[in-house]
Amino acid sequence: MNSAVRRLSDIPLNEMHVVSAVSVPEHAQEWRQWLEEIGFIPGEQVMVTARGMLGGDPLVVHVGASTFALRLAEAGCVQVTAAPATGARQVA
Amino acid sequence: MNAAVQPAIIHFHKSGPLIALVGNPNCGKTALFNLLTGSRQKVANYAGVTVERKEGTLTGNDGKPLRVLDLPGAYSLHPRSPDERVTTDVLFGRAKGERQPDLVVCVVDATNLRRTLRLVLAVKRTGLPCVVALNMADVAEQRGVRIDADALARELGLPVVKTVAVKSGGDAALRLLLDGVKQRSAGATVSAPDTSIASIEGDHKTVQEILVRLGLDGVVPHTASDRIDHIVLHPVWGTLLLLTTLFLMFQAVFAWATVPMDAIKEATAWTGQLVTSAMPDIWLRSLLVDGIIAGIGGVIVFLPQILILFFFILILEETGYLPRAAFLLDRLMGSVGLSGRSFIPLLSSFACAIPGIMAARTIANPRDRLVTIMIAPMMTCSARLPVYALLIGAFIPSQQVAGWFELQGLVLFGLYLAGIAGAMGVAWILKRFTSAGRLARPLMMELPNYHWPTVRSVAIGLWQRVEIFMRRVGGIILILTIALWFLASFPGPPEGATGAPIEYSIAGMIGRWLSVIFSPIGFNWQICIALVPGMAAREVAVSSLGTVYALSATGTDTAAALSPLIAKTWSMATAFSLLAWYVFAPQCLSTLATVKRETGGWKMPLLMAGYLFALAYAASFVTYRVALMLGAG
Repeated sequence: MNSAVRRLSDIPLNEMHVVSAVSVPEHAQEWRQWLEEIGFIPGEQVMVTARGMLGGDPLVVHVGASTFALRLAEAGCVQVTAAPATGARQVA
Repeated sequence: MNAAVQPAIIHFHKSGPLIALVGNPNCGKTALFNLLTGSRQKVANYAGVTVERKEGTLTGNDGKPLRVLDLPGAYSLHPRSPDERVTTDVLFGRAKGERQPDLVVCVVDATNLRRTLRLVLAVKRTGLPCVVALNMADVAEQRGVRIDADALARELGLPVVKTVAVKSGGDAALRLLLDGVKQRSAGATVSAPDTSIASIEGDHKTVQEILVRLGLDGVVPHTASDRIDHIVLHPVWGTLLLLTTLFLMFQAVFAWATVPMDAIKEATAWTGQLVTSAMPDIWLRSLLVDGIIAGIGGVIVFLPQILILFFFILILEETGYLPRAAFLLDRLMGSVGLSGRSFIPLLSSFACAIPGIMAARTIANPRDRLVTIMIAPMMTCSARLPVYALLIGAFIPSQQVAGWFELQGLVLFGLYLAGIAGAMGVAWILKRFTSAGRLARPLMMELPNYHWPTVRSVAIGLWQRVEIFMRRVGGIILILTIALWFLASFPGPPEGATGAPIEYSIAGMIGRWLSVIFSPIGFNWQICIALVPGMAAREVAVSSLGTVYALSATGTDTAAALSPLIAKTWSMATAFSLLAWYVFAPQCLSTLATVKRETGGWKMPLLMAGYLFALAYAASFVTYRVALMLGAG
């Protein structure tokens, strides 16, 4: 259950996850590079820490040592799995 | 030799070694730049683009001056905004009018090496000489991250020094490193760039391996910033905090500015009187007093408000609160096709559209930036207040509504709302009916750690705003003011004329022609004449009306004398129509001049003037006709 792939936009607040892949929609190919540049790279730790008031959009996401605000559309491109419970880090 | 591969010798450049600062956004690069160069900075634009170019001078330990360029922050050398493109172009020697730097200082955030070192690898591949400034080294150490600069230097193959940009003397190690920099001799090429295909993942892996070897691969826990964000980003508390902050900001802009604004008005009037009494009554005196002194005074009077506004914006920016405010408002702004980042420019426009349009530079997306600039003039600026005050005072009875509210206050509030609604409506239409508007644009906005603002950075930022504003007053606004004075003064009244002199001038003639166009919306010829000089600044329309009605009163007395006069001679419908006009009309040439400067051409300011006039005319027409139907004629 823990290893199930979910989208970053769907995970509960304050639960550590690990990026497994980035898949962007056809019309926004450049998002892949942008997301990778700000740290959404397979193996990196991510956590959603806050959501906007209206419709839970946008999200506040910790990625690596940075914090970014993403809209649901971009967050939906990032696939994640639950982080190993031991806290051991996976180095890509 | 082909000129295209030798850009360094095409243009004339100031001599002296050129150093460029490069780094991720929010790594403290600009603070380090401020520390290195102090107040010796020049702000301009890069050739052909409206990206702010900051260059400063640093005196080396050997007494020789070094030129330092603060390049826009970038996450990589694959540009995604006009700002990032400038950084890439300068580094690769492709930027128009820029020399390739002799040395690149890569500024990295010591608390976030895993992301910031990737850019260092990319810069190193350009082949340019490069050193690394490990900034915020003090913060990293407080968090228990001890970085061995020498070991990192060996891993990267580049010199590495620690810097603390927020402490004076925090740049000492970097200054030592900069001493040996020499200007590349003309014609000398930089070492060939490494063209091997680099992937982000590959660089990420390299960085990870370096960090593992240095024992720095642990994720630094988010500490104080996280605790603050718990409140600041909270849907309820965060929103309340934001509203309170904005309310206090507005209070300060209007309350603190009163004294200096009154002083500037008095100084303007005093200077005018001094010149009047010292000179014979010739046209030159009128040009000096009514044209130049009154015109410039009428614009400088907004300087205190602009200063206070930018003081708050700079503090919010320095602390890292601004992107949080943008986060909280993103959904709201997103509903009309903008992002949270458009909020601050629009907010600034309530004081004056000019600083608002200037503040739109912080919006990375060119389309969002343009839309923000186009709707900014609809925010009710303080120059409209004297006009609103005159009309409301003359036509709206002072009475209580529902036992609580002052009717006059409610009307004023309604005018503010009308402007906001108009702006949102236009943004929504642009979202709905343009292909670029329907495109989904990502937010991807960094929320940096909170910092205490430094006095140095706030002072330098404030000074630069004042300089830009004053330069504009000295240039384009002065020219416009003189032109409008000319229109309102020539030709002079004929012998035995009975009306006010302005009636016989070019402005008077234009006003009479305009009254043909404006009679369907209820404007009489006196209003039309006043609208012409009112193009210099909106509030000038009040004193112009005074001139047209041949009042001898000056300054603040004009409104008091005008009020009963227009209450008697204008219909209620005309007054409402003029109010509606002032909500939308682009009655400010300075704003249009600013838009021209910021968008780099006449297309946008003309488009803006056109659509705002159309909107104003339509709003006034509807207002006038509805008011007539309701018997307010």
